[in-house]
Amino acid sequence: MTQVHATGGEVQTTEQVRRIEGRSPWVLAWERLRRDRLAMFSLGVIILIVLVALFAPVFAAITGHGPNEQYRDIGLTPQGLPVAPNSTFWFGTDDLGRDVLVRVAYGARVSLGVGVLATLLTVVIGVVVGLTAGFIGGVTDTVLARFIDVVLSFPFLLAAIALVSIIGPSLTVTIFVIGFFSWASMARIVRGQVLSVKEREYVEAARSLGAGNGRIMLIDVFPNVLAPVIVYTTLLIPVVIVIQATLSFLGLGLQPPTPDWGGMIDESRNYYQTAWWFMFFPGIALVITTLAFNLFGDGVRDAFDPRVERLMRG
Amino acid sequence: MLRFLLHRLLIGLLVLWLISLAVFALFFVIPSNVARTLAGRQATPETIAMIEHRLGLDQPILKQYWTFLTNALHGDLGYDYYHQVPVTTIIAQALPVTLSLAIGASILWLSMGIFNGVVSAVHPRSFADRALTVFSLVFYSMPSFLLGLVLLYFLYFQLTLAGYPIFPAGGYAPIKDGFWPWMDHLILPWLTLALLSAAVYTRLTRGSMLDVLSEDYIKTARAKGLSENRVNYRHALRSALTPVVTQFGIDLGQLVGGVVVTETVFSLPGLGKASIDAINQQDLPVIIGIVLFASAAVVVANIVVDMVYVVLDPRVRLH
Repeated sequence: MTQVHATGGEVQTTEQVRRIEGRSPWVLAWERLRRDRLAMFSLGVIILIVLVALFAPVFAAITGHGPNEQYRDIGLTPQGLPVAPNSTFWFGTDDLGRDVLVRVAYGARVSLGVGVLATLLTVVIGVVVGLTAGFIGGVTDTVLARFIDVVLSFPFLLAAIALVSIIGPSLTVTIFVIGFFSWASMARIVRGQVLSVKEREYVEAARSLGAGNGRIMLIDVFPNVLAPVIVYTTLLIPVVIVIQATLSFLGLGLQPPTPDWGGMIDESRNYYQTAWWFMFFPGIALVITTLAFNLFGDGVRDAFDPRVERLMRG
Repeated sequence: MLRFLLHRLLIGLLVLWLISLAVFALFFVIPSNVARTLAGRQATPETIAMIEHRLGLDQPILKQYWTFLTNALHGDLGYDYYHQVPVTTIIAQALPVTLSLAIGASILWLSMGIFNGVVSAVHPRSFADRALTVFSLVFYSMPSFLLGLVLLYFLYFQLTLAGYPIFPAGGYAPIKDGFWPWMDHLILPWLTLALLSAAVYTRLTRGSMLDVLSEDYIKTARAKGLSENRVNYRHALRSALTPVVTQFGIDLGQLVGGVVVTETVFSLPGLGKASIDAINQQDLPVIIGIVLFASAAVVVANIVVDMVYVVLDPRVRLH
């Protein structure tokens, strides 16, 4: 294709030609997201927490305290109570004389690790089931849709607690139990989207060109249901982090002495009257993490769906 | 309406049956050592076999399920392994506590959430809107056990320390012992449950109100010269409540399971506490009974929600 630079005898310089660029919805969404200062700030906080998790051993090296090392001499008062924050223990110590700062840093690994892995598992199951149900339709859809209803009717936390306690708590069990009970809402969202997308003209066009079902499903339908999947995924991570912390809090998380925020808060319950730092630091770490993910998720949603909410924000 | 109700009821029953199957499979197929625990450390294999026989654990799994199902249909959920108390009795004893907690909290969060959401939506970008948005996100990001402990720290511990012992540290007082003691024990648990959900409802109401306010029929209503209040509350809020009702239905059903944490933090002897106790003792009939009961609550809540739609939004037609 050749571009016509001259019209009506007048010669235009190249600078004057406004190039019309095709911008995909993805580029548009990313640009909107980049302009959202709150979302970008939250992303910065998330990156910071990821760095803390990755470099948790650095905290141990700087302070010289291992995450599970018990300092019964300098880490506990003569009465055997936790020591308040000071120059040796920046965040104070816990009931066994361990460094709260180092344990909070290591705890970030568990929260983020479970948060991301369990969310991925949830998303994969949800997308596969939703895509299959919506695309194939018929009896398959009826059976899968009913199955989704059944899983959604499970009292989630209760069933998860029961299951974990019977199988025995561990990191893998936590991830699988969360994935097992949370995929259903994702599947429902994807199914709904697929049902509307597969009736579009471009799917019909692909079919008339001789594309097979598998190709249509992956090339034509799947990319068009990706936006809600991404939005839901970002908002799911904080939920999963809270569930993991809750399981730990109820004593069904990781085996001690592995540090994790929910478990630390549980351990601090008997000390909140004498040692506020023991509960405060893991608690604030948990809230900052989930808050950052929620704010970022909000930004992602607004970026993909720039309707009323966004206009009203100004 | 009747056909619709019947249809939903049938599907609800199907869902419940599937859940009973799933729960039974999950918990009974996994080998448990209840008989061994019950028999004590020095038990002979004979004693263990006898106990297994008494509990019916030596029967084939399908027969066990059949017995369980027929009994359940007659309103008999079996007996707990340790004290031979009927599971229905355990549920009946714990239910008033959980209901007191759940109903009080849901009234609190619905009124707070809807009110805040409407204020935010009617004055978007105002100071109130921004403040409410930030507040709800903070509470939304706070795990309930943490919020409960924070409330305990400030409103029980610090207040008592300061010489104002207004709130107890936990426990439950039945309403028949007086209204005030009952309420006094429940205010902090109510707040714990309600602040979190109120945040969700504020955001939900705000978003859905903003959607509705930009629709044509609102313009029509304004053009007719109706007052701003009438437009906002009679015309907009009514249909803006539809997603709120959906969410409320889901939450109300999930509440039976969701109270676990709050009941643990405030030592309330409700269904959540009962299930945690049962889980710690591997008391299967009690676990299954409570999980089934809670699932039934979800199913019923969903049916009720579908019916409320019709009342709220005249555009919804039944099929």
